[in-house]
Amino acid sequence: MTLDYDAKMPETQEGTEVYNTDPLVVKSHYDIDYIHSYAQDSEFFRALGKKKLLGSKCKKCGYTYATPRGHCMMCGSETEWHELPQVGKVHTFTTCYFGSEKFLSETPFNLIMVEFEGVDSLFMARLIGADQEDIHIGMKVRARFKRNLQFSPTDVYFVPARE
Amino acid sequence: MKHKGRNVYMISGGVTKFAKATPDMDFRLRVKKAFDYATNDINLELKDIDGSVASYFSDHFQRQLMSGIMVQDYLGLTPKPSKRVEGGGATGGLAFQTGFEEVASGRMDVCAVYGFETMSHVNTWKGNEFIALASDTNFDYPVGGFYTGYYAMMAMRHMHEFGTTVEQLAKVSIKNHGNALHNPYAQSPMKLTVEDVRNSPMVSYPLTRLDVCTMSDGAAVAILASEEKAFELCDKPVLVKSIGTGTDTMRLSDRPFQKVPLLPNEKESDYKNLKYPGVHSFRAGRTAAKEAYEAAGITDPLNEIDLVELHDAYTSSEIQTYEDLGLCKYGEGGSFIEEGKSELNGKVPVNPSGGLLASGHPVGATGIMQAVFMFWQLQHSVKKHFKNDALQVKNAKRGLIHSHAGTGTYVTVSIMEAVK
Ligand SMILES: [Zn+2]
Repeated sequence: MTLDYDAKMPETQEGTEVYNTDPLVVKSHYDIDYIHSYAQDSEFFRALGKKKLLGSKCKKCGYTYATPRGHCMMCGSETEWHELPQVGKVHTFTTCYFGSEKFLSETPFNLIMVEFEGVDSLFMARLIGADQEDIHIGMKVRARFKRNLQFSPTDVYFVPARE
Repeated sequence: MKHKGRNVYMISGGVTKFAKATPDMDFRLRVKKAFDYATNDINLELKDIDGSVASYFSDHFQRQLMSGIMVQDYLGLTPKPSKRVEGGGATGGLAFQTGFEEVASGRMDVCAVYGFETMSHVNTWKGNEFIALASDTNFDYPVGGFYTGYYAMMAMRHMHEFGTTVEQLAKVSIKNHGNALHNPYAQSPMKLTVEDVRNSPMVSYPLTRLDVCTMSDGAAVAILASEEKAFELCDKPVLVKSIGTGTDTMRLSDRPFQKVPLLPNEKESDYKNLKYPGVHSFRAGRTAAKEAYEAAGITDPLNEIDLVELHDAYTSSEIQTYEDLGLCKYGEGGSFIEEGKSELNGKVPVNPSGGLLASGHPVGATGIMQAVFMFWQLQHSVKKHFKNDALQVKNAKRGLIHSHAGTGTYVTVSIMEAVK
């Protein structure tokens, strides 16, 4: 091997976006795809394709969860899947006029927490088919399911139900 | 507390002026400025410091992992012991308490707690997305992950349970932005009316832009010391009397419907029909207060605490927190502000600095900023540090600082006392 005293790093035509020169502020891009496993929550997402809303029930103390979890927060025991009713009531709500960048294009949208008869905890979801001024706490709502599953909790959403 | 350990004092503090963006300084230089302010105030030298705790929330904001060691390095504190502490919005409060533990345990005689956040490297809505990633990414974030939305739902339920009004929320905004007019460190001092708050753009009903804090760049430093060192190094140390911490479920949907954990000044019959915490109250805040009060021997918070700096990321959470802290009963938070009890000249001034709403909320710095402002209040040195004494609470002897993470998942309460 020989030493090259005039070695030169090859250069490309790529540039850098500069927002400001003093202080120097440049664009730094970041993008990533995660291989996200729903792990012990998987069955919830698969069941949405069968138009079923699954919560959990503790095998030991019987506490029931509208949003599933593998183990009970009350006693630490394992839970089992527990099918929820598809009609519930608005426990609380909001209408978002702004949002995270990912959801900004969907604004305004309604967020609700749903309570189900005989179930100890709540479920967060979108409500469509009603404007902010139409929604009230205690309002009856009904689950609907997307046909083209995204395997997202938004595969289920709620609409007003007739009283 | 099962073992109280040694007495811990705060001996100095420093804060940078919080701002939407300060691209001329990076996080290391920002902490350095706050650190130099704190050390210069009592002529502290690096050799006097035994170790540190680093406080910052998100690695996403800077896309720089291990920012903590970079600060430790920049300050000249290597090779001394240090660790990072993180717990969402409560990061600063948790780090302050970790510093307390380092000194109380006898491991360190002098501990520097430094906090920082640089939120200006991404736009506000991307920033909101990063913050929303601090909600359950299986069930909550994909539904419309937006913290203001979550807090708005809590506020709506509080209004439903207790009759709290949007005008009462607005009064918190008016108070805190107004106090900040006299705080030279504050990001958004403003003189406001109820109409200003209600007419500003709706973010998530019922919360408008002026009910919500903003993104900030900032840093804050608190220096803690043992009793012996405190009186050797500082003319006017302030005792950190006790600490308390509580937690709650990550998902709002999992919050149970049980009984209120009572403070000594409450009775079970006060809350006959209240299902607690549901989504109207912060159980972690009550838990933290209970622990801190028991350790400090506080049985009547309203009459035994002179001032409070609490985590008002939303006007609604300030009202909810009055109740968690037992400054009033659950359900009375709205009238507490309406009657002026938390005003600068009220029964117990809350957020005389302007709080997060007006001072800013650079997450990792926030809880430490509260400690610094409280330290100056209890030292009666506000005039020296703010260059005016409009915000100095005249009778300030015992103060409470309160730090809070997303929807009340982690909450810290620390009690500080003037000793001379
Ligand atoms: Zn159980």
